[in-house]
Amino acid sequence: MTAPAPSGGRAGLRVGPLAGLLPFALYTAVFLFVPTIAIAIGAFVDPATGGFTLGNLGIAFSGIYAQGFLTSIELSILSAVVPGVLGLVIAYAVQRSGSSGLRRVVSTASGTFANFGGVPLAFLFIATLGSTGLVVGWLKAIGLDPYEHGFSLYTFSGIAIVYLYFQIPLMVLVITPALEGLRPAWREAADNLGASAWQYWRMVGGPVLLPSFLGSLLLLFGGAFSAYATTQALTSGSLAITPIQIGSFLNGNVLSGQENVGKALGLGMIIVISVVMVIYALLQRRASTWLR
Amino acid sequence: MRKSLLGTVLAATAALALAACGSGTSSPSASGGKDFSKVTSAADAGGQDALVAAAKAEGQLNVITLPDKWANYGTIMKAFTAKYGIKINSANPDGSSQDEINAVKQLKGQDRAPDVLDLGQSFAISGAKDGLLAPYKVATWDAIPANAKDADGKWFSDYGGYVSIGYDPAKITTPPTSFKDLLGAEYKNKVAINGNPTQAGAAFAAVYAAALANGGSLDNIQPGLDFFKQLKQAGNFVPVTGSPSTVQSGQTPVLIWWDYLQASSVASQFPSWKVVIPSDATYAAYYSQAINATAPHPAAARLWEEYLYSVEGQNGWLNGAARPIQLDTLVKDGTVDKTALAKLPQAPAGDVKYPTDAQQTAAKAVVSQQWAAATG
Repeated sequence: MTAPAPSGGRAGLRVGPLAGLLPFALYTAVFLFVPTIAIAIGAFVDPATGGFTLGNLGIAFSGIYAQGFLTSIELSILSAVVPGVLGLVIAYAVQRSGSSGLRRVVSTASGTFANFGGVPLAFLFIATLGSTGLVVGWLKAIGLDPYEHGFSLYTFSGIAIVYLYFQIPLMVLVITPALEGLRPAWREAADNLGASAWQYWRMVGGPVLLPSFLGSLLLLFGGAFSAYATTQALTSGSLAITPIQIGSFLNGNVLSGQENVGKALGLGMIIVISVVMVIYALLQRRASTWLR
Repeated sequence: MRKSLLGTVLAATAALALAACGSGTSSPSASGGKDFSKVTSAADAGGQDALVAAAKAEGQLNVITLPDKWANYGTIMKAFTAKYGIKINSANPDGSSQDEINAVKQLKGQDRAPDVLDLGQSFAISGAKDGLLAPYKVATWDAIPANAKDADGKWFSDYGGYVSIGYDPAKITTPPTSFKDLLGAEYKNKVAINGNPTQAGAAFAAVYAAALANGGSLDNIQPGLDFFKQLKQAGNFVPVTGSPSTVQSGQTPVLIWWDYLQASSVASQFPSWKVVIPSDATYAAYYSQAINATAPHPAAARLWEEYLYSVEGQNGWLNGAARPIQLDTLVKDGTVDKTALAKLPQAPAGDVKYPTDAQQTAAKAVVSQQWAAATG
């Protein structure tokens, strides 16, 4: 009774930490690795013969589909950088206000807005900034119809505005902990040594924040790159972005028997995200050299 | 009231009992010693009564992508269950044809795989090619035009309609009668289609119809793309996915869509909605019925098809403002539901030409490459 117990306990100590990881490992295997491999294989399969082909990739990286990647990447960069900067400023302002009540309200509200998307979000914007939307109606009443001045909700810039709605709160959420990591003592020390505000940000605050800021931008990029339903509901495919094109192949009523081209496009998205992550890792390493 | 409640309870009990019987048999396809997954007609099944008995023994039917408000399917499904006591399990009502094909492949061998499909024609053709569909000929097979069915019975057209222009008469003072009308100044920021033509069959049909209206043909969809480009340049095209809710909110006072969907989903919520079939383009298309080759309830699947192609089933679709494939026969026999027929928008005179599968495939390739460039 006493003898086997310790050995069992020791074995438990060794296996324990790994066993705790098991659910996560299983989860990533089922929902990340298996689908990734399936896509990577499917991208090279000829649906007619079941054999190997480069034809799917050929279609996926030419013509309108190559254009789709470019538009998607441009849109994602724009909808990462603009809300990234705005979100940083807002989070900093809230933090500097020193009001814990305001901080709680902002973080709860951000949590809600950051997760509001899809068709409901599209509809919300149609009702406000659409051609007969409420806000547009007010602007028309004072003689400033934005649709007469080249604005349209259903274009690249319109979609970028819609993305701000969930990207800014997301940025506020993810950058706030990093801002809280900036100790007031550093600022005071810099002030005591005669540093200007600019010098403090350039030499102390900026470098400390940079890795988190870049990481947050990457997250925003990924979110914008994969967004689908909102744009679909607003543009009917007139804005060519890759997720919508994949949707046309995988669950449409029109294009049949070309699922493998959709998988090739999916592989393309995986490659884009991988490249962005590698760039991020390199920047991160450089940016945080002195932190180590 | 009490009587009907009692009737419902009895029917439900009977259905449960039958379902229990069905699940008791080792193989659902082996009821009565006959493999119903190989049965190709009611006669082959030993007559309609034998088919009904086998279907009742299975007790259930799995359908997929049938919205209640689409072509009157809600009522049709209820009527089928009431008539035969067979429970209908309706999956993914808002799904697409590709979702149906995916379900057939991915749920193969499972109890919840779809038994019957309602597919866009090109999906029916490719599904038949891939061996996913069982050949079956309904009793009224000869009433279905030859160009609207697979020779072996792997798919057969069911119901369809015309591309039509719906509009809100409160916002549109000059009613449109043609595609060309829509380019007029009155339609600024008003005209929508039902989604992305590289995904939504109805939106694709709108582009095809616009091609016919502007000098194109079933072999040449380019003028349709050019039309939408003009519509966009005129500032008339609203690229949101048009739906009953965008109509209700006033965003899309003009919507190009199938006439039967204008009637069943928009007009049902927005009674003043008007629908016209454009004078310059007559484009019609039919969906197709098909039976899953590996249907978990093969007899019920076949009975469902017999029901849909009976006078009752055909009038069911007609009551959803869809045109059943055997409409001409119903009219000739005097069995058509005249009230429902009178409600259909006036169809243009003359024969409708349908694109062949090859023509559609070519047109789809053009649209998927150029739609974004034309309207972006």
